[in-house]
Amino acid sequence: MMDPLLSVRDLHVTFTTRHGDLEALDGISFDVARGEILGFVGESGAGKSMMGAAVIGLIDPPGRISGGEIKLAGERIDTNPESVRGKRIGMIFQDPLTSLDPLQTIGDQLVETILAHRKMDAGQAHQRAISGLEEVGIDPTRLNAYPHEFSGGMRQRVVIALALAAEPELIIADEPTTALDVSVQAQVLDLLRRICKERDAGVILITHDMGVIAETTDRVAVLYSGKLAEIGNTTDVLSNPQHPYTKGLIASTPSIENGSVDATLFQIPGAMPRLDALPGGCAFHPRCNDMSPRCAVEKPAFTSGRVACWRFTEEPPA
Amino acid sequence: MDGFVKINSLSRRFDLSEPWLARVLMGHERKYLDAVDNVSFEIERGTTYALVGESGSGKSTIAKIAVGLMLPSSGSVLFDGFNLNDLGQSRKQHNQVRKRLQMVFQSPFASLDPCWRVGGILREPIRAFGLINDRREEARRVDELLEQVGLSSSDAARFPHEFSGGQRQRISIARALASGPDFIVCDEPTSALDVSVQAQVLNLLKQLQRDLGLTYLFITHDLAVVRNMAHRIGVLQSGKMVEEQEAEDLFRSPQSDYTKMLLDSAPRLSHSQTG
Repeated sequence: MMDPLLSVRDLHVTFTTRHGDLEALDGISFDVARGEILGFVGESGAGKSMMGAAVIGLIDPPGRISGGEIKLAGERIDTNPESVRGKRIGMIFQDPLTSLDPLQTIGDQLVETILAHRKMDAGQAHQRAISGLEEVGIDPTRLNAYPHEFSGGMRQRVVIALALAAEPELIIADEPTTALDVSVQAQVLDLLRRICKERDAGVILITHDMGVIAETTDRVAVLYSGKLAEIGNTTDVLSNPQHPYTKGLIASTPSIENGSVDATLFQIPGAMPRLDALPGGCAFHPRCNDMSPRCAVEKPAFTSGRVACWRFTEEPPA
Repeated sequence: MDGFVKINSLSRRFDLSEPWLARVLMGHERKYLDAVDNVSFEIERGTTYALVGESGSGKSTIAKIAVGLMLPSSGSVLFDGFNLNDLGQSRKQHNQVRKRLQMVFQSPFASLDPCWRVGGILREPIRAFGLINDRREEARRVDELLEQVGLSSSDAARFPHEFSGGQRQRISIARALASGPDFIVCDEPTSALDVSVQAQVLNLLKQLQRDLGLTYLFITHDLAVVRNMAHRIGVLQSGKMVEEQEAEDLFRSPQSDYTKMLLDSAPRLSHSQTG
């Protein structure tokens, strides 16, 4: 079997505060293969964005990677993230209005990015910028336009072109469509999927929207309170969720196909705990409708590579 | 049809022209944006009417006009027989009508004053409309409001930053309920919330509608939420109403191409439903 493109093992991210250390990410392990889209889903504060920031090495003090390792195509990158950031790993941020420089034309921004990461002269970089815009479906004559002259969806395409400028092997997309309308969202997700397959690049797609996960990703990882709750093939996880949190997330997503005004929506009681007030044992147990006494005492570990829940630790009798 | 709230050929035009001098010297034309263009609909008492559309379709402009936060360029809003455009005559009548319509805003982080305790936030509408003059009675009403939205009476002494997004939206709803309204405009009330919390807030809104007989104008871009909330739906595109139908009919047989496009591009969890 081929080495995975990205391999993360037992990753810990710790924030040191006056009140002690907080574990923002607690023992996360996963792989991303080439040509694969791995989705990360969870509520605000689950650690999704922290995950992306850790991989690309953008965690600012007081946070730090306090354990585990991140390997890109077999090389450790967590010790020296600057060598790969922007070059072998591209990042697409949520808000295209704040991730573009309003005072530079998009052409200048593309050329600058290309020159920073690739050995080219200005003319070649200009050509590369034009083909980059064509690839994301923007008319290259708009190279000299400023970010404010584009609509939200177009701006996000520019951000994608920037992230792809250095032809990265891995793309991290942090909520790339949250600020966009549904029709534009569908276009941007299509674009992302096409690029992933055409270039055989790995993609980490971070989102809170189960619908986006279902339509875009090959595999999905569900995060809760900085821990992986469940990871697996998207079709398997969505059609047969095992972790009670995954079940709850799916059930509480309003359905466009069979909702009704008179029915009550499924809801998970309570809210995600703060990092400084994590309950003992499984972090989800106070909200879980299927807990056993053991859940309140011991942290569940991953079993059978799919789910971290005590319900699934004992092998079912043969 | 009851026609509790009637929106009659409502239009709102914004003037985007260059300044006068630039127009004279450079010969620029006047420019206008018709944010809302001749929109009419009616909401029956005790039902939810959803306005759906993408950014820039004019849905929030209609919401603001419907509660009287903005005046229309032409057309009128009739609320239970009162024309919201000319309530100014007598302050008493104005307040009588105004207290019956309230609004819940999109961002629970921006719509609550961070320097006020929750109790103060909930007391303000009660005092502004002079509803209760007895302090003890007032405190009891605040407790009742908090319990109505699923918070506890001890929360009155806390500040907004001590609450999560979903809890803050509950506070916003409690504030909207404080003046005893029968019509509430909800402008994207759950777009800033996580799905599991969104479900809690949507369920709360439904339950309040059942208990108090509230009428909602629900503004959103999320068709899945609409399907679970609305009795009747209007679809807006660049300020114009392109389609208006009973909710069930709209999802079963959308008429306009725009509605079909919106329905098609909404992401769905089809894996879990077919698999």
